[in-house]
Amino acid sequence: MEKFKNLTAVSAPLPDINIDTDKIIPKQYLKTIQRTGLGKGLFSELRYNDDGSENKDFVLNKSQYRNAKILVAGDNFGCGSSREHAPWALLDYGIKVVISTSFADIFYNNCFKNGMLPIVLDEKEVSLLMEETERGSNATLTVDLESQEITTSDGNVINFKIDKFLKHCLLNGLDDIALTLEKNADIKNFEDDVKSQRPWL
Amino acid sequence: MSRSKTIYDKIWDDHLINTNDDGTSLIYIDRHLVHEVTSPQAFEGLRMTNRKVRCPEKTLAVVDHNVPTTDRKNGISDEESRIQVETLEKNCSEFGIEYFNELDLRQGIVHVVGPEQGFTLPGTTIMCGDSHTSTHGAFGSLAMGIGTSEVEHILATQTLIQRKAKNFKVNVGGTAPKGVTAKDIILSIIGEIGAGGGTGSVIEYTGKAISDLSVEGRMTVCNMSIEGGARAGLIGPDEKTFAYIKDRPRAPKGEEFERAVEYWNALNSDKDAYFDREVYLDAAKLPPVVTWGTSPEDVVSINGEVPNPDLIDDESRKETKKSALKYMDLVPGTKIKDIKLDVVFIGSCTNGRIEDLREVAKVVEGHHVNENLNAMIVPGSGLVKEQAISEGLDKIFMAAGFEWREPGCSMCLAMNPDKLLPGQRCASTSNRNFEGRQGFRGRTHLVSPAMAAAAAIAGHFVDVREFTK
Repeated sequence: MEKFKNLTAVSAPLPDINIDTDKIIPKQYLKTIQRTGLGKGLFSELRYNDDGSENKDFVLNKSQYRNAKILVAGDNFGCGSSREHAPWALLDYGIKVVISTSFADIFYNNCFKNGMLPIVLDEKEVSLLMEETERGSNATLTVDLESQEITTSDGNVINFKIDKFLKHCLLNGLDDIALTLEKNADIKNFEDDVKSQRPWL
Repeated sequence: MSRSKTIYDKIWDDHLINTNDDGTSLIYIDRHLVHEVTSPQAFEGLRMTNRKVRCPEKTLAVVDHNVPTTDRKNGISDEESRIQVETLEKNCSEFGIEYFNELDLRQGIVHVVGPEQGFTLPGTTIMCGDSHTSTHGAFGSLAMGIGTSEVEHILATQTLIQRKAKNFKVNVGGTAPKGVTAKDIILSIIGEIGAGGGTGSVIEYTGKAISDLSVEGRMTVCNMSIEGGARAGLIGPDEKTFAYIKDRPRAPKGEEFERAVEYWNALNSDKDAYFDREVYLDAAKLPPVVTWGTSPEDVVSINGEVPNPDLIDDESRKETKKSALKYMDLVPGTKIKDIKLDVVFIGSCTNGRIEDLREVAKVVEGHHVNENLNAMIVPGSGLVKEQAISEGLDKIFMAAGFEWREPGCSMCLAMNPDKLLPGQRCASTSNRNFEGRQGFRGRTHLVSPAMAAAAAIAGHFVDVREFTK
């Protein structure tokens, strides 16, 4: 997994609430057996018109947001399907940070497995950043994971919380399967105990 | 004396391998279900790192999302779908995992198959790369949907890294009126708590209306826990649960079964167990419901009307609901019963089991599907289909003008050829009314099987309580 330390980039606003993973990456893109190449399908039903041309009204098609690497989104982002294709599509498009008042649990977990950082802030802070995004490419946000700070182009600083273990994995690009395999003896002991306590399993 | 615990606390404690100082825990996974859509990248990951599947015998694979529901003897014509199905078959054979292919009688939707086979047991941890894994919580198991990286993690280690979720009690008291089903109960709960209301929590459903439900009804309730944002949903096991499990192919047998029942009985939440949050609903006051929007939280009584988003204070909520109405091509004040339908879909891991089909048969027997509408029934598994045929339900469905299909996920998510056309409006017994879910620009209203059946006959929504009179 790639490390995530910090990022300075344009952020795009998606104020709708309950943006589901079907919307992030519709099912026709789930037939792949790869992790890569999903960026073309990102938000495809919003991004393209029925004839395949770009929908000029969609935020990521506007010139000031084309290079966005950060999304500021409405509440309960990433709800619905467990498809990891959602973070894969965001990442393949170039988006590495999503900021919202809350995320669906599975989507939130999936981000960390892919070197992406979902940030939960309170309503006031998200509104402030939502306003900031309206300035498009004239304003960038800087997200620093080590110090857990977001800095706006005006110099406003917002602190964010993050689980210690997830931060450690992200900063160091750690493969958590390798970490778990180091605990093989513990797993083996657990299995031996279960064999006697719950032999039907 | 140890402190009082919820069933979630007990299952968690019995699966905890270790916990770090920061609360990050390693938990053991007893059962792992695998399907073709979210697993190829996980198996590829194993190959790239030269890792094996730690416990193939605790893993069961079945193909469901991509399979056509028409005749399968000639294979799958969509190339990408075919490759995904073939990839699962190859991966299972390479890594030694039992696999039900599309011609196996036991094949079906992964969440119908697990319980049917007795693979799903109380007190176990059950994971699958599919958000509706919450279904298995109906047996008093801790069942969660996960992403592909976590699928790979379980394949390699039979464990997951997790933090403990909160305990959330949803107590549904009273007796549900006739015509108000498990589906109406869970949709009403989601309408109450919102699509993100359960985030970070494991919901335990309790109360008379929940105990009154059959095991299959409980599966319908737990299935949609994820639509309320919950990490999982579960129901304490009882005699109905044990009777359902007994004699299933993979269930414990004889003395081992008795010993298991003893353990399962002890799992139920202690009387004074602590819940971080509690919500109460009176089932006696619930009507049959229909969703009007593009989130499962957009729930309204069959006797109600499309709500007016302008009355919402919160700006982003208001705008979201306005765009949902635009997508659904509905205007505020429209009576739900006046909404005409193009398609009726009966099936899915929410409502594709034998009791659902019996409910449908009861409503449609002696009637005919409205001439302006297409209606299809997709059984949840080959065994459900076989059972329905043995009861003669297939004849009732076909006489009424329903298409009677082969088992799979089908139009619940439209990865196979079963799709809505742009603009079509569907009454669906599935779980999600998201934009494009059942087909590009398709419009979905979620309902119970009985309500879908009545709507198929009438051509528009009707109150099933009046319809069956």
